[in-house]
Amino acid sequence: MKKILRNTLVGGLATLLAGSVLADNITLLNVSYDPTREFYREYNRAFGDYWKQQTGDTVTVRQSHGGSGSQARSVIDGLDADVVTLALAYDVDALRQHAQLIPENWQSRLDKNSSPYTSTIVLLVRKGNPKNIRDWDDLVRDDVAVITPNPKTSGGARWNYLAAWGYALKQNNGDQDKAYDFVSKLFANVPVLDPGARGATNTFVQRGLGDVFIAWENEAYLSVEQLGKGQFEIVVPSVSILAEPPVTVVDKNVDRKGTRKTAEGYLQYLYSDDAQRLAAKHYYRPSNPEIAKEFAEKFVDVELFGIDEVFGGWEKAQNEHFNDGGHFDSILENIARR
Amino acid sequence: MTTQTLTHVANPELAARWRRATEEPAWVRWTLIGVALTFLALFLVLPLLVVLYGAFEQGLQVWWAAISEPDALAAIRLSLLVVLIVVPINLVFGVAAAWAIAKFEFRGKPILISLIDMPFAISPVVVGLIFVILFGSQGWLGPWLAAHDMRIIFAVPGIVIVIAFGTMPFIARELIPLMQQQGKEEEEASLTLGASGWKTFWYVTLPNIKWGLIYGVILCNARALGEFGAVAVVSGRIRGETNTMPLHIEVLYNEYMFTAAFAVSSLLTGLALVTIAVKSFVEWLDERNRPAIASH
Repeated sequence: MKKILRNTLVGGLATLLAGSVLADNITLLNVSYDPTREFYREYNRAFGDYWKQQTGDTVTVRQSHGGSGSQARSVIDGLDADVVTLALAYDVDALRQHAQLIPENWQSRLDKNSSPYTSTIVLLVRKGNPKNIRDWDDLVRDDVAVITPNPKTSGGARWNYLAAWGYALKQNNGDQDKAYDFVSKLFANVPVLDPGARGATNTFVQRGLGDVFIAWENEAYLSVEQLGKGQFEIVVPSVSILAEPPVTVVDKNVDRKGTRKTAEGYLQYLYSDDAQRLAAKHYYRPSNPEIAKEFAEKFVDVELFGIDEVFGGWEKAQNEHFNDGGHFDSILENIARR
Repeated sequence: MTTQTLTHVANPELAARWRRATEEPAWVRWTLIGVALTFLALFLVLPLLVVLYGAFEQGLQVWWAAISEPDALAAIRLSLLVVLIVVPINLVFGVAAAWAIAKFEFRGKPILISLIDMPFAISPVVVGLIFVILFGSQGWLGPWLAAHDMRIIFAVPGIVIVIAFGTMPFIARELIPLMQQQGKEEEEASLTLGASGWKTFWYVTLPNIKWGLIYGVILCNARALGEFGAVAVVSGRIRGETNTMPLHIEVLYNEYMFTAAFAVSSLLTGLALVTIAVKSFVEWLDERNRPAIASH
C-alpha cells in the first residue's frame, strides 16, 4: 500500500515536472518607443502562436511605450526589459554606456545592424496642401508653422532634425554653417515641442495646430489612413534620412530571469517573412529586400541617406547636435533671444 | 460658528449694523452668484459632460467592452489595491501624528508639522524622481535590492510608496486642528477616572475625531486613485502590470482609442462623484450630530 502511494506520488511529481519542462509560461517585457504600439500588439500575438508551435511554451509579451530616450532611461534605472526595441541606436547604446546591460558588440548580433525594419521621415500636411508645401525648403518659410517633437527626448524628432540638416548640407555643398542656419529657421517655426512622437501627432491631428508635421513615415500613414481619413496628405521630400530603429536583448536581465532563449527567438522572428509583412502592414519598411519588393507600391521611392555617411554615426551626431551645449541647445537659445 | 457669534452679540443695534455691512445691492449679489455659477459651469460641469458624452457616445456595449478588457481590468485592480494599502497606512500615520502634535508638548513640534505638509509642496514628478534615485538600479539602494532580487521601482511597491507619500498629509492635516481645538481635558478626565490609555483612545478620543477622520480618509482615497505625475515616473508603464487607471487612460488616448479612454475616465469620474457624495453625506451627518456632541 505504502509502495503504491509512493509510486503514485513520485509518478505524479514526475509528470508535473515533465509538464513544466515541456511547456513553460514565459513573460517577456518589450520596452519600445511611441509609434510601434499597433505593430507590436499584432506581432506579439503572431509570435505567441509561432513560439507555442515551436516549443510548446506559452509566451505573454508585455509592452511599455514612451519617448525613446526616456524609455532607455527607465531600463537603465531598472525597468526589467527582456528586449528593447527603440527608435535609434544611440538610445540602445545608452544601456551599455550607463549600466553595462548589453555588450559592446550588441548591434552586430542580428542582421542589418539589428534593425529588422526601417523607416524614414516624411511631411504630413492638411488636405489640399493649402500652404503648398513640397520639400524641406518650404518648412523655413515665414508663413509656415511646423510640428515636431523635442529632439532631446524623442528619437523620432532626432531623425527629423538630422533629415533637415542632411538636406541643407546637400543643398549647400556640405556647408555646416548654412545647415545650422537652415535648421534654426525651421525650429523658429515650431510653436510647441512635444516630448514624444505620439504627443506631436495628437497636437497636429487632434488639436489642429501647425501647417506641416515632420513625422515618421508610419505615423504619417497612420494619421492619413486611420485617424483622419481624407483630412491629411503625405508629402515626400526630395531627400530624407534612412531611419534604422534597432532591437536587442537586454543581456543582464534575460540572464537573471532565464528568458534568453525566448527573448532571442522573439527578436529573430522579426526577420521572418510573416513578421516582415506585418511590419509593412503597419507602414514600416521591411529590411528583407524580397518582402520590400512586394510592398513597392506602398512605400514611395525616395533618395535616402544614412546617418553614418552624413553624420559619422550616432555617437558623433549625438555629441555634436543633441547633448547639452550642442547645436540644438544653441539653436533654441538663439530662438528664445529673438 | 458664525451663527453663534451673531446670537451672542448683546447689543441689537450693533448686530443690525454688522448685518447691514454685508447687505450689498441686489445686482452685486447676482453678479457675484452669476460669475461663480458661470465659472463652475465652464470649468466643472462642461468637462464632466464631455467625459460622459465621450464615454457613452457609441453605446453601453462599447463602454463595457473598454472597461472589461484585460489591461483595463488590471489597471482598475491595481488602483484599488493601491488604495487598500495606502489608506490604512496613512490612517494609522495620520492618527498617530495628530495625536502626538495635539496632545503632547515636545521640542521640534513645528518642524514635524511642516514636514507633514511637505508632500503637498513638492511636485509629484520630483517625488517620483526622488524614489528613482533611491531605489533605481543606478540609485543608492538599487544594487543592494538587485542583489536580493527585490523590485521596488517599476513594480507595484514603488507605486504604493509614491502614492502613500503624496497622500500622507490628508488625514493628519484634517485631524490636527480638530484635536488641538478639542484639547486634552476629556482624555485627562478619562485617565483620572482610571481608564487605560487604549480605552481612553477608543472611547473618548476616537468618537470626538470620528467625522474628521472619515473626511480625511475620503480625501486621501480620492487623491490616491487620481495620482498621475509621480506614478508616471516610477511605473515603467508596463500595460496590464504597472499601469494605474490614470496611466491607462493616457495610454488609451495616445493609441487613438478615444472612446475607451473616455470610458475609463468616466469610471474614475464616477468614483470621484461617489467620493464627493459620501463626503457631503458625512458632512451632513457631522453637522447634525454636532449639537449632540457639544451638549455632552
